[in-house]
Amino acid sequence: MSAIYLSHNNIVSGYGLDSAVAVENIRAEKTALKVVSDNNILPVPICTSRPDTGILNDAFEGLRTKAAHTRLEQLLLLSISKTLHAAQLPITKKVGLIISTTKGNIDVLEPQNPFSEKRAYLGALGYKIKTFFGFQNDAIVLSNACVSGVLAIAVAKRLILQGTYDHVVVAGGDLVTKFILSGFHAFQALSNAPCRPYDKYRTGINIGEVGASVLVTKDTALLTEEAVTVLGEASCNDANHISGPSRTGEGLYRSIRSALDQSGLRPEEIDSISAHGTATPFNDEMEAIAFNRAALGETPLNSLKGYFGHTLGASGLLETIVGMHALAQNTLFASKGFQELGVSQPLHIITETVKRPMRTFLKTASGFGGCNTAAVFQKADQ
Amino acid sequence: MMHASHHIQSYCHVRNGSVLLNGKTIFESAASDWKTFSKTAYRQLDMDHSKFFKMDTLSKLAMIASEPLLRSEPEKNIALVLSNRASSLDTDRKHQKSIEDPELFYPSPAVFVYTLPNICLGEISIKHRLFSENSFFVFDTFNADILYDYATGLLNGNSAEKVLCGWVDNDNEKYGAFLYVVAKNGIFTHSKKRINQLYRTP
Repeated sequence: MSAIYLSHNNIVSGYGLDSAVAVENIRAEKTALKVVSDNNILPVPICTSRPDTGILNDAFEGLRTKAAHTRLEQLLLLSISKTLHAAQLPITKKVGLIISTTKGNIDVLEPQNPFSEKRAYLGALGYKIKTFFGFQNDAIVLSNACVSGVLAIAVAKRLILQGTYDHVVVAGGDLVTKFILSGFHAFQALSNAPCRPYDKYRTGINIGEVGASVLVTKDTALLTEEAVTVLGEASCNDANHISGPSRTGEGLYRSIRSALDQSGLRPEEIDSISAHGTATPFNDEMEAIAFNRAALGETPLNSLKGYFGHTLGASGLLETIVGMHALAQNTLFASKGFQELGVSQPLHIITETVKRPMRTFLKTASGFGGCNTAAVFQKADQ
Repeated sequence: MMHASHHIQSYCHVRNGSVLLNGKTIFESAASDWKTFSKTAYRQLDMDHSKFFKMDTLSKLAMIASEPLLRSEPEKNIALVLSNRASSLDTDRKHQKSIEDPELFYPSPAVFVYTLPNICLGEISIKHRLFSENSFFVFDTFNADILYDYATGLLNGNSAEKVLCGWVDNDNEKYGAFLYVVAKNGIFTHSKKRINQLYRTP
């Protein structure tokens, strides 16, 4: 079976317009989260991270398009344009496009929004992205709750192995909207201070906003220094509850087991874990159980939610990209917001950013609908 | 690497007040409205799953369409790969309505949780005890090519023994589902042409 790689990548975030600036700030343990008051989103202050609108608009003008685009389209177009530009990849019939999003242009449902309701259809979002760059295939939109970003990488790999494509551009994004915030607020899941994954005093999640993209390819001529091989991936349902995680971490445990089996690696060969870690009491506890069942309780682990918040459909992709850079820099990034372990099973939470020789990492995600995804990555040159 | 060809083991249509299994009507409702139809279908199919009544239309539709295919299916490593056009927009509009007026602000967690299309995969997984692969795709129109390639890839990559594939869409009172099971053995050879043909003509 030929190897499938993740290569050129981009993150448009509260830190700036590329992956390097985000990684640099994470390395310095600086969060992009801040408390803001925005009555258009929620009548109470929220803690969030978003790309600066002025910087985003200026950068988007550089793409020289006359057509009006929504904020999410701007985020995705900007991110993909940077990834494509860096890759210098000619768009042929063998180049696929996968968009990972939970809600797409959901803000167009707001009565004062200037765009038509038609833009809320995810196919319409996919069409805008496809035609902007002249992709020859229709966009595949994947909407699988909070595992979408990691699952999109798995889907890209599978479609390349199946011969559908030679390369796939995977892009992910979701907006910080009244729609989303009011929903999580109704669940009483939001924290109004920077979130604290796995911490004893964690009080809930922050919702953040990014646009992220990566080139998935089988072509070794297209690799960058942070490129990784996708060694294994799996996705398993909890078959338990649609809005609460399994008490035994069943689906996550099974996903990790299957992804490890496929990778051919043993648990002790995983050098670090980029976990989901939303900082809700139940999610983090469920993860601790699943990681221990998978014999990963001692593996250095972080959640990047303390830097970006939970970026929904982008999160798994965003966190995989940061994980690629962490591997290339042989660095374990601190799990921001963590002080004292607040889950019932032991976990090796990374408390400060340190250099460490590394070869592999595991990325996991879990979401509504009982879905879980795990993927194992290894430095491409090894 | 050579792989054995796969087959379509069974398929189910839900449309215009009818449920068809392998092209034959197994339930027909006199009432054309969704509410009556779905309630009667639930009883006639003997689904015995009281959570059904808390679900949104998309999940109910997916439950009805998957029931005839999964009720006596012994294989549990069966991936779920569903798709549609409207995602969860029907429920999204409901949630949006509940937050529009600051005076009448009443977002409900019970509605909000259904504002994701993959929730219907979770509901099928719970009902049929499936700890398997889940993916939900959104396309402008039925996309047999991607469903075929992805299902074939899951089977060839040993990610699943069988795959429940298809289309489950509801939008502004219109609903329709076409699901099929891909397996080693079955009625038809698994091909893009056959999937498209079955989708169009039950």
